[in-house]
Amino acid sequence: MAALDAGPGGAGTADAAGRAGAAGAAEQAALAGAGLPSAGQDPAQRRSWRPALASFTRNRVAVTGLAMVALVALFCFLGPVFYRTNQVTVNLNLATLPPGGGHPLGTDPSGYDVLGRLMLGGQSSLELGLAVSLATTIVGTLYGAIAGLAGGIVDAIMMRVIDTFLAIPSLVFLLILVNLFTPNLWIIILLITMLSWLTSARLVRGEVLTLRTREYVQAARMMGAGGWRIIVRHLVPNSIGVILVNATFTIADAILILSALSFLGLGLPPPHADWGTMLSNGLNYLFDGYWWLVYPPALILIITVVAFNMIGDAIRDSLDVRLQRQ
Amino acid sequence: MTRYLAQRTGQAAVVVIGLMILTFIMIHLEPGSAARATLGVRATPGRIAIFNSTYGLNQPLYRQFVTYVDQVVHGNLGTSYSLQIPVSTLIAERLPRDLLLLGLSTVLALLIAVPLGIYQAVRRGGISDHVLTGASFTLYSTPDFLFAILLIALFSVQLHLLPPEAPQADSVGGILADPRALVLPVVTLALVTVASYSRYMRSSAIDVLAQEYIRVARAKGMPRRLILLRHVLRNSLLPVVTMVGLSFSWIVGGAVIAEEVFNYPGMGLLFYQAATTHDFPVLLGSTLVVGVATVVGNLAADVAYGVLDPRIRYGRA
Repeated sequence: MAALDAGPGGAGTADAAGRAGAAGAAEQAALAGAGLPSAGQDPAQRRSWRPALASFTRNRVAVTGLAMVALVALFCFLGPVFYRTNQVTVNLNLATLPPGGGHPLGTDPSGYDVLGRLMLGGQSSLELGLAVSLATTIVGTLYGAIAGLAGGIVDAIMMRVIDTFLAIPSLVFLLILVNLFTPNLWIIILLITMLSWLTSARLVRGEVLTLRTREYVQAARMMGAGGWRIIVRHLVPNSIGVILVNATFTIADAILILSALSFLGLGLPPPHADWGTMLSNGLNYLFDGYWWLVYPPALILIITVVAFNMIGDAIRDSLDVRLQRQ
Repeated sequence: MTRYLAQRTGQAAVVVIGLMILTFIMIHLEPGSAARATLGVRATPGRIAIFNSTYGLNQPLYRQFVTYVDQVVHGNLGTSYSLQIPVSTLIAERLPRDLLLLGLSTVLALLIAVPLGIYQAVRRGGISDHVLTGASFTLYSTPDFLFAILLIALFSVQLHLLPPEAPQADSVGGILADPRALVLPVVTLALVTVASYSRYMRSSAIDVLAQEYIRVARAKGMPRRLILLRHVLRNSLLPVVTMVGLSFSWIVGGAVIAEEVFNYPGMGLLFYQAATTHDFPVLLGSTLVVGVATVVGNLAADVAYGVLDPRIRYGRA
């Protein structure tokens, strides 16, 4: 499942790039009067963010999504403080106990408490999603901005490199790569990032292509600003909408991709816990009636991924001026 | 249009060359493991040396690449280490099965997603729109292997309605002769794409509904059904056509999972088995075929876009 290639509303296709570009352009139109060289910093820029922020907080989908993420994060990171369980030593005397007694969600075949394991596994699932998203955003944004600003043959070469990588389905790509390394959390983060930055680079490039013709960018260039300064001060701050939307979808997709890898037996090795691994291990026992090994991890994984997708969708809507007017 | 086509085709050709270089380098990053994987951990260094020289693995990398390109151009994708069958034979045997599976599931997904998206766009902001949006978010956010297994649990284990294994016949005709076994794999693959296709269709139809010509059609008293069929459906299908072309590589990823779960002997399963046994020629061959298919799919989507919307032929380059 190359979920990396498309979000629900489809970040990551030419069409989405076009639509996201339109959103950015609409936002820029509001700024046209403030064509100052330092548009990334001046008050007009900050003021223009307020309607977007206001519409984001008024958006019930966005607030629900954020609340869900906050609850899940609290559960995973603060939960173990109040609910202490043994997640280190295997205890076969306690294996596959049904929910009840001292184990609200039962235990797994190694005797670990499932509720406690959900908290621990959630930590690494969330950390993985965030790490991949952060790395993807940095690499993708810089690559896209450089390609878009350079234009010409440099842009053409940089884009063909991306096309080449994108032609191989993500999961197929990952199956090859995972075989080359012994997976640990960092390697997996690196590998998933290697695939997901492609989409964000394409989106940012599309955005930069429209931004670089704006007056304030040309003014900055005329005043002698270097390429780096233009990228950091003007292009990146003004593409932040597209970047943010993609970063949010990337978190959701990374969590899903890791679960697919775990299911194919190529995820993180046993002592490690994450929702995807718990779910795919649990599925082996579904037909033995051990439902508590399947539904709890499935539910929390789906809820988390849905929440991130909701946030991404809402940010995109709140940046799209056309949608607000309708 | 001709110039645009030539340019796009040129780009596609560059990508195919890049694809060969990339897959070749990537798969050769781990030298010697093919011999180990095929001959086993107890193989002597002598046997490994013989294996490596038989398959040309002791040559410099660039020589191996030249040999590889030469073979590919002549339709030879090498021989599988573990199965001792030419890779081209394996792929020729499996590819039609995939085209069948992917084709059926894409058609099913579109049949559901297109009307659903238009319905949601018309009822935008209503309760049914919110419910369907929630449903598509949930569908999209569910791992596809979970769908597959839950479908088996429900329809095969509980209800005894459908077999849990995909058709095992060798020919496409044989597979079609067993339609009941095909239901679960096709539905699994379709469920994953329905969610994103219907989201696309919805936002595309919303854009179209806001156009002036819809207002004109409504003002002149055109029946609602006709407006939806003649104007909305046709115009909002455009982005979805591209989406189908672009999502090809995504569907293939889903196919790896579906084929693993339902034991459907297609390219996905072939690839998965080759990846776990380090069968280089099969990995190279199938990645190349899938990659080229993706490039062609994207190109076809672009061309289709141009054919369906004359405005794009000249404007875009």
